Amino acid sequence: MILNKKSKGQLFLDELRTGESAIIEEIMDTNICIKLIEMGCLPGELVLVRMTAPFRDPIAIEVSGNLISLRKSEARTIRVKHIDL
Amino acid sequence: MSKTLRIALIGNPNTGKSTLFNALTGLKQKTGNFPGVTIEKSTGRFQIDNYTVAEITDLPGTYSLFPKSIDEAIPFKLLLDPAHPQHPDLILFIADASNLKRNLVMLTQIIDLKIPTILALNMIDQAKAKGISIDLEGMSEKFGMPVVPVNARKRIGVDKIIDQIKKGADVPKISFADPAQMETEAFEELRNSLNARTRYQAVLQLHNSLSDKTKNQAHKAAMDKFRSNNLFDSGTRQRDDLLHRYKQINAILASTVKEADTTAFKRRQAKIDAILTHRFWGYIIFFLILFIIFQAIFSLAGYPMKMIVESFNWLSERLEKAIPGGALNDLVSNGILPGLSGILVFIPQIAFLSFFIAILEDTGYLARVAFIMDRTMRRFGLNGKSVIPLISGTACAVPAIMATRNIENKKARLITILVTPLMSCSARLPVFILLVGLIVPERQILGILGLQGLALMGLYILGFLAAIGAATIFKILIKSKIKQYFILELPVYRAPNLNTVGITVVKKVETFLFQAGKIIIAISIILWFLASYGPPGAFTKVEQKYAAIHPKDETEQHSLALSLKTEKLQSSFAGELGKFIEPAIRPLGFDWKIGIALITSFAAREVFVGTISTLYGLEGEGSDFNQLRNNMLKSRDPVTHKKVYSFAAVLSLLIFYAFAMQCMSTLAVTYKETASLKWTLVQFFYMSGTAYVLSLIIYQVFR
Repeated sequence: MILNKKSKGQLFLDELRTGESAIIEEIMDTNICIKLIEMGCLPGELVLVRMTAPFRDPIAIEVSGNLISLRKSEARTIRVKHIDL
Repeated sequence: MSKTLRIALIGNPNTGKSTLFNALTGLKQKTGNFPGVTIEKSTGRFQIDNYTVAEITDLPGTYSLFPKSIDEAIPFKLLLDPAHPQHPDLILFIADASNLKRNLVMLTQIIDLKIPTILALNMIDQAKAKGISIDLEGMSEKFGMPVVPVNARKRIGVDKIIDQIKKGADVPKISFADPAQMETEAFEELRNSLNARTRYQAVLQLHNSLSDKTKNQAHKAAMDKFRSNNLFDSGTRQRDDLLHRYKQINAILASTVKEADTTAFKRRQAKIDAILTHRFWGYIIFFLILFIIFQAIFSLAGYPMKMIVESFNWLSERLEKAIPGGALNDLVSNGILPGLSGILVFIPQIAFLSFFIAILEDTGYLARVAFIMDRTMRRFGLNGKSVIPLISGTACAVPAIMATRNIENKKARLITILVTPLMSCSARLPVFILLVGLIVPERQILGILGLQGLALMGLYILGFLAAIGAATIFKILIKSKIKQYFILELPVYRAPNLNTVGITVVKKVETFLFQAGKIIIAISIILWFLASYGPPGAFTKVEQKYAAIHPKDETEQHSLALSLKTEKLQSSFAGELGKFIEPAIRPLGFDWKIGIALITSFAAREVFVGTISTLYGLEGEGSDFNQLRNNMLKSRDPVTHKKVYSFAAVLSLLIFYAFAMQCMSTLAVTYKETASLKWTLVQFFYMSGTAYVLSLIIYQVFR
C-alpha cells in the first residue's frame, strides 16, 4: 500500500536533496520493502542521497555501505526523519 | 569407485563469485542446462583426493532466499529440493569482506537450512586497504562454520579453500530464525509433510509457492491446508524475518569487525560517478562507448567471419569431389556444411560483443547505464536493465534475449524479449548490404560519408525505433497486476579482470552454439531437401534438356553447369513453394524467385544471399556482390517486362527483412525464456504481420 496523502510533518526520501542525509523510519510498501531490506536499506539506518540521474529520476542512495538506485516513486514509500543534532 | 562431492557456490551479486569459481576450476567447466527451465549454469570439477571428485556449481548471485527474479529462483530451487541433481553436500558461501552486513543476512538464512557450509571472505585485501579488520576466529565461532579469507582476483587463499573443502564442514548448529515466528504445531506438521529439514525451510517453500506453483501434488495439498488453517501474511513475515536477522548480524559484527573511515574511498568513487552519470557528459560518454564498440565489432569481426565462410566453401568443394557423388555427398556438402557455416559465422561477432559487455559489466559501468537510461526507457514500458539486451540484439537476438534474465520486473522483461529481435541483427547485415547496393549509388557526400553507409545506418535506426514503438504498444496491451519496481545496486568501480572476461566470452559462445546450433542444423537439412528434390519427373526433364546441349569449351561447360543448377532449384520443391506463395507476395512487389529466398531464409535471414546467388546463376556466397547485383538488375518480369528489382520492390524487401521474424533460433530462445507458446506466437505474428503490411504499403505507394 502506498500512502499518497502524507500527514503533516512527515518526510519522505524523495523530498531530500542531493547530499542530504536522514534516518530511515519506515518503508510503507511491503513489496518494495523486502527488496530494499535485502539490500541493506532498513529502518534505523542512515541514508544519504548521493546523486540523481538526469531528469532527476531515479536517485542513488548510500545506505549500509551500498549504493542503491531506486525510482522517485519508490523513494516516496520510504519515510525518513532528519538527524537530530 | 570415486564418489562425487557436490558443492554449491552461493553469494550476493558482485561478490566475486564467478572469479572464485574460475580460480577453483580454471577452464575445466562446462555450461549446460538446468532440468526443466533452460538456464545457464556452470559446473566445474576438481579432484579432492584419490576417492573424491568435487563438482562445484556456480549459481547466479542473489540477495536472499526470497526469490524475485528467474535468476534468483535458481539457487533457491537447488538448495531447497534434495532431489535436485545439483543439491549440494556442501555450500561455499562467498561474502564481500568490505561489505559484510548485507552479505551475511543471506548466510544466516542458509544456516537455517542445515547444510554444511564454508564461509569465504572475498576481497579481503580491499577490506584491509580500507582499514577494516575482521576477527576471523570470532566470526567462525559465531556462525559455527569454517571461515577462509581469500582474494579471488589475485588467487590468494584459493588453496586454503580447497584444503577446507577437503576437511569438510559440519552442519551448522545455531539457528537465526525467530522461533516465535513458527512455534505452533502447524509448522511442525508442515515441515513433516514437505519433508523439509527445518521449519524455516518449510516456511521458505510456503513463501515461494505464492509465485511459483509446485508440481508436487502432496506438497501443494499440505501448503494449501496450512494456509487455510493459519493466517500467513507472506510479505510481513519476510520483512520481520529479515529485520530479525539484521539485528543478530549487527550484534555479531559489533564484536568481530572494526569498521574504518572510508570517506576518501567514497569520494573517489563519487567523482567517477559525477562524470559518468552527468546529465550531458554521461550520455555523450555512453554513446561514444557504443560507437567504439560497434566500430570494433564490424571492422574486427569481418576478418574471421570471411575466413569461416571461405574455408567452409573450400571444404564443401573439396568434399563434393573427394567422396563419391549421390545424395549423402550432396547432403553433407550442400546441407550440413552450409548450415554449420551459417552458425559459426556468427561466433566472431558474438564473441566481440560479449567481450565488450563483460568488460563494461565487470567495471561496474553497466549498472550506471541502467541508472541513466531508466527514465527514458520507462516511457516505453521497458526499464534501465532493458538497454543491454537491446544493444546486444544488434549482434544477435539469441544471447540478447538470454540477457533479460536479471530483469525482476516481469512485464518489462517480457516486453524486452518481444521487441529485441527488431533490433537490426548481424544476420540482416549481408541482406541489407546486397539490397542497399541495388538502389543506393556508391557515392560520398560531404567528402567522408558514404551514401550506402548512411542508408545502412538508417536501417539500424529504423530497427531501434521499431523496437521502441512496439514496446510502447505492448506496454498498453499487457496488463500487469503486480506492482513493479526498479531497484538496483550500483557496484563499486574497479578494473576489469581479463581472466573472468575471457571465460565469460567462451561461455556465451558455447551457449549460442548449444541453443541455436541444433535448430539451424535441423532446418538447414530440411531446406536442403526442399531445394535439392522436386516433384517426380521435374528434375529428369531439366537434366534431359541439358544433356542434349553439347558445350564447345570449358567456359561454356561451366556456365551450362550453373544454369542447370539454377533451373533445378527453380523446379525443386522450394521452387514450387515459391510459385505457390507468389499470389500472396505479389502485392509486396516480390516474384516467385524472391519467394524461394523468403522460404529458404525462414530459418535464418542470411540464407537469402546464398539462395539469391544460386537463383541468379552465381556460385556460393563467396561470390562478388557486384556481379550478383548486375544479374539481379537485369532480370525482368516475363509478363510485364518491368524490372523485378525496381526501387519500390527493393525498398519493400528491405522493410520486410527489417521487420519479419525469420529466425528459428530466436523463436526457440523466446519459447524457452518465456515458457509460453502464446508469447512465442505473438512475437512471430506481430513481427511478420507488421513486415507484410508495411512492405505492402511501401510497394503500393512507391511503384
